[in-house]
Amino acid sequence: MGRSVAIMGTGQTQHGKRFDVSYPELVKEAVQRALADAGLSPEDIDGVVAGTMPSMMEGVALNHLYLADAMQVVGKPLLKTETCGSTGMSVAHTAFYWVASGMADVVLAVGYEKMYEGDSQATMTTVADPWIQRSFVAGAPGIFAMQSNMWIDRYHIPEDRLREAAAVISQRNHDDAFDNPFAHIKVRVSLDEIMNARIITYPIRRWDVCPNSDGACAVIFMSESRAQQMGRPAAWIKGVGYRGDESYLGDSDKVRWNTAIDAAKEVYQQAGIINPRRELDVAEVYNPFTFMEMLLYECFGFCDFGEAYDLVLQGTFSRGGDLPCDPSGGVLCTNPIGATGLIRVAEAAMQVTGKAGTHQIDGARLALAHAMGGVSQFNGLMILGSDR
Amino acid sequence: MAKEYRTLHTTVDLPYELAFGATLTRFFDGLSEEKILGTRCPKCGRVLVPARSFCPRCFIDLDQWVEVGQMGTVETWSLVSYRYFGMAKTPPYITALIRLDGADVSLTHLVGGIDLSSLEMVRTHLSIGTRVKAVWAKEKPGSIFDIEYFVPVEADSH
Repeated sequence: MGRSVAIMGTGQTQHGKRFDVSYPELVKEAVQRALADAGLSPEDIDGVVAGTMPSMMEGVALNHLYLADAMQVVGKPLLKTETCGSTGMSVAHTAFYWVASGMADVVLAVGYEKMYEGDSQATMTTVADPWIQRSFVAGAPGIFAMQSNMWIDRYHIPEDRLREAAAVISQRNHDDAFDNPFAHIKVRVSLDEIMNARIITYPIRRWDVCPNSDGACAVIFMSESRAQQMGRPAAWIKGVGYRGDESYLGDSDKVRWNTAIDAAKEVYQQAGIINPRRELDVAEVYNPFTFMEMLLYECFGFCDFGEAYDLVLQGTFSRGGDLPCDPSGGVLCTNPIGATGLIRVAEAAMQVTGKAGTHQIDGARLALAHAMGGVSQFNGLMILGSDR
Repeated sequence: MAKEYRTLHTTVDLPYELAFGATLTRFFDGLSEEKILGTRCPKCGRVLVPARSFCPRCFIDLDQWVEVGQMGTVETWSLVSYRYFGMAKTPPYITALIRLDGADVSLTHLVGGIDLSSLEMVRTHLSIGTRVKAVWAKEKPGSIFDIEYFVPVEADSH
């Protein structure tokens, strides 16, 4: 694990359609808020890690040049780490490695996206190989619908109860978003509306899928010695786990999804977690699709395979249940992709430092953050705790 | 945010010439001749389709060419009912993972030749495990659309 590392500040923009600001101004908003939260100035930062989904989402390639001023990188080392949807988690891992290695004491991690400025699904499709998959993957909904259907078939999950469970997840996220001042989509939807909404890519319907958002997130990672001088609550990184699959979707099993299962095993081992559902107080699971959220619960060992829908219906993963998931309203209500994975980390850090406001899980001391990316290819996790 | 702010409408339009390399060239030559070609890994024994020049797991170079079946089994599918810029095919269409007979991995392609007017109609013809057969396009310039789509076949009619 290297040196102990803590998160000492987080900043998020108001997420949504942000045509009131240019791209650099959006990023600046998150960076300023993270610095203010940590009580730091730009000169306190030793290095910056940044990332986005494909840069061409906003039509500016390698945008760390364009965003240099907003991230206050002049005179500092800058790294860019990108893994599609899991970019924000990869950015967080890179910042962690940098500080854990002893080569820096204070690192600023920044993730950003302005999805209203481009065509998100068309841009994402360019991530796939140009020969075969690009013509067929049908953006993120196409990929995750295929993966969900495989999972439903494998475990003979009853269709009517699963649809109800997906609706419970959707409604939970949409209701929770009202308690998150930064969340994008704030609407009340009934279970009936969710279950009978138009189909996007079967089985995914209108309210089973995340929005496109403009937004940015910044997080400050600090060495133990510097963190302890700050005299304020710290979110300590207890473990990091990350795994990738082959590039062709059809090359590996996406139900017993090894990248998710093994990344979770790695992070639990580092954090000393044996029973995640019992030991974790809260989880911020990367949940752009309701059905995938349930598949991930199973891959992360929150329950057995084929069991998640039943536990969702019992309220196990809602606030007040065994393991509340995505009390921020999750990706389902806010998805500026390059920032999304880092928002999961920021939210987990806010929870274990008691700074999550009206969506605070009482007494949360151990939290999981997750992101997935690629053409159903990557999974990254981080465990954060109140205690070093 | 009552005020309307200015926006810039712009495009990025760049030309590319992408190299297939020898192995994908042979794979797409095969499609032009109505053959679906894979390569076998001598170490793990898997037949990989589309053909690969190296095994992604064993990381050894492959040169054993195998023609796989034109029939296969649907491993998963989705009815695509939304649009985005530059889509290769106009919705509604069915995207699928198909395990061709003789292959050990699944190919992404389309399922077609069935009534797509409603999900219910689709489901009378298609489910996971449905047997499908390649339907070749009239023009075969050597692209993945040399196979127009895979059509469901009755179990007793091959």
